[in-house]
Amino acid sequence: MSWDKFTSLEKKATRNGFGDGLLDAARRNPNIVALCADLAGSLKMDLFEKEFPSRFIQCGISEANMIGMAAGLATVGMVPYTGTFANFSTGRVFDQIRQSVAYSNKNVKICASHAGLTLGEDGATHQILEDLGLMKMLPGMTVINPADYAQTRAAAAAIAEYDGPVYLRFGRPDWPVFLQDQKFEIGKAITLKEGKDVSIFATGHLVWNALEAVRELEKEGIDCELINIHTIKPLDEKAILQSVRKTGKVVSAEEHQRNGGLGDSIAQLLVQHHPCRQEYVAVNDSFGESGTPLQLMEKYGLGVKDVVAAVKKVLR
Amino acid sequence: MKTISELQTIASQVRRDIVRQVWLSKSGHPGGSLGCADFLTALYFRQMNHNPRFSMSGKSEDLFFLSNGHISPVFYSVLARSGYFPVDELATFRKLNSRLQGHPATHEHLPGVRVASGSLGQGLSVALGAAYGKKLQKDPGIVYVLTGDGELQEGQIWEAALAAAHHKLDNVIVAVDWNGQQIDGPTNKVMSLGDLPAKWLSFGWDVYNMEGNNMSHVVACLDIVKKAVGNGKPKVILMKTEMGYGVDFMMGSHKWHGVAPNDEQCKIALNQLEETLGDFKI
Repeated sequence: MSWDKFTSLEKKATRNGFGDGLLDAARRNPNIVALCADLAGSLKMDLFEKEFPSRFIQCGISEANMIGMAAGLATVGMVPYTGTFANFSTGRVFDQIRQSVAYSNKNVKICASHAGLTLGEDGATHQILEDLGLMKMLPGMTVINPADYAQTRAAAAAIAEYDGPVYLRFGRPDWPVFLQDQKFEIGKAITLKEGKDVSIFATGHLVWNALEAVRELEKEGIDCELINIHTIKPLDEKAILQSVRKTGKVVSAEEHQRNGGLGDSIAQLLVQHHPCRQEYVAVNDSFGESGTPLQLMEKYGLGVKDVVAAVKKVLR
Repeated sequence: MKTISELQTIASQVRRDIVRQVWLSKSGHPGGSLGCADFLTALYFRQMNHNPRFSMSGKSEDLFFLSNGHISPVFYSVLARSGYFPVDELATFRKLNSRLQGHPATHEHLPGVRVASGSLGQGLSVALGAAYGKKLQKDPGIVYVLTGDGELQEGQIWEAALAAAHHKLDNVIVAVDWNGQQIDGPTNKVMSLGDLPAKWLSFGWDVYNMEGNNMSHVVACLDIVKKAVGNGKPKVILMKTEMGYGVDFMMGSHKWHGVAPNDEQCKIALNQLEETLGDFKI
């Protein structure tokens, strides 16, 4: 197997991938504008602001107005990217997104950083673990949660080519970069390792943890298939079913509540087409707290050992 | 360009359309719709440079956004009467499979509607985005938006008020339907708006007063405001209207905000409104 190539030489935050990907896209497409609610530095949108000052719209700490302005910009043919933390990108402005963006089918790219527990020390007020669920429930919304810097960069550029509302979720911490040279196609899962014993479907930061778990499990003779689901919606049903028909066992892994996340989307698919055992690696109906990203992942059951344990449990 | 008298003729038919749509569907919001009939008639038949062969982006056109989406009957009537879609389609208002949803929507592709509205407070922000886009595109079009006065109780309105002045969006003209009524009663009792002109002035806006049910004044005011486009400041028109204007028993209170007339009430109402352009067919 050639999956050993997915090793990490460096660490870089996915939000840096967003900042660089936005710049890549903006250089190609003059209709791209970027709106930010007082977090340009945190989202690495300062690169865009510096290169395209007239296309950068500072919205201040007014997220609802930012979403509405993005809808208006899209109406007249611009391609707006909004940027703020995931918490303020979704829960705070759910109704604005629902009416002015999703129901109105506006070509708005809602770009959300600092998602999940790995935001770290700021604590639970900022650690949204419900955003994927909120966004995937909206009809017509595309929901993407890339795994590393490289994939986030590719995704941030790719969504400009797609006409319709998109939620792009990424994070704060430096994180292993291991997916260079991967083509990014919205809605197309990426098989990182083929295997026959169990299918692991992972998204976001948890893809790396799952990869580490797969390496450990291999030493114990367990042959995992690992698939990166970077697009939660539309879900790559074909890839998931194909894998599960082979292995018959499922582990889902995500930095999100169990309720409403990737695991639920997969379970919904499987219960109709191929019912089988599934274990969730996800936060179990709980808020987070302050701590370092790695401490929090361990405490809330999102670590490498948790993926290992979930695989062993589903195989029992 | 339409004369005052021609505009009044159209507005009378628009009011009949409002009453008949709401009566026919046995639901909807006649009060605010009737109050804003003069303003929207003046806007679509005289003031705005617009093309009824609708394109979503509206390049080189003036755009209008209805933020208080519940007064959809007046919006639909004005759109139909200016040629965006067949007048007889007004008979489908609020019915299953209609393009004329209870609150305006783009989902069914009704020409003339550029964003969904109904959940209040959002239209001004959308208008600002469109105005910002027009500036980036060096498009001279003006962006108009209508809000309710009760709607000003939404916080997002004031986020947008800050942003418009900050970004010097002088190609935006907001009209506030200042009828002093909302669902639960007079605005002053439900949630006072205080000194409304002073509030907008302090946010950095040009403020104009309009007698919204006096067509001569509506037209004169819109002409004056339009001349100020490009002066570096967003503009708000505080438009004094009477909820239910044109139908005597619907005026003077909040009671006809969201109530449909029965057969007898509809008949009385229509007797007060001259049929000038032919009613839509039922």
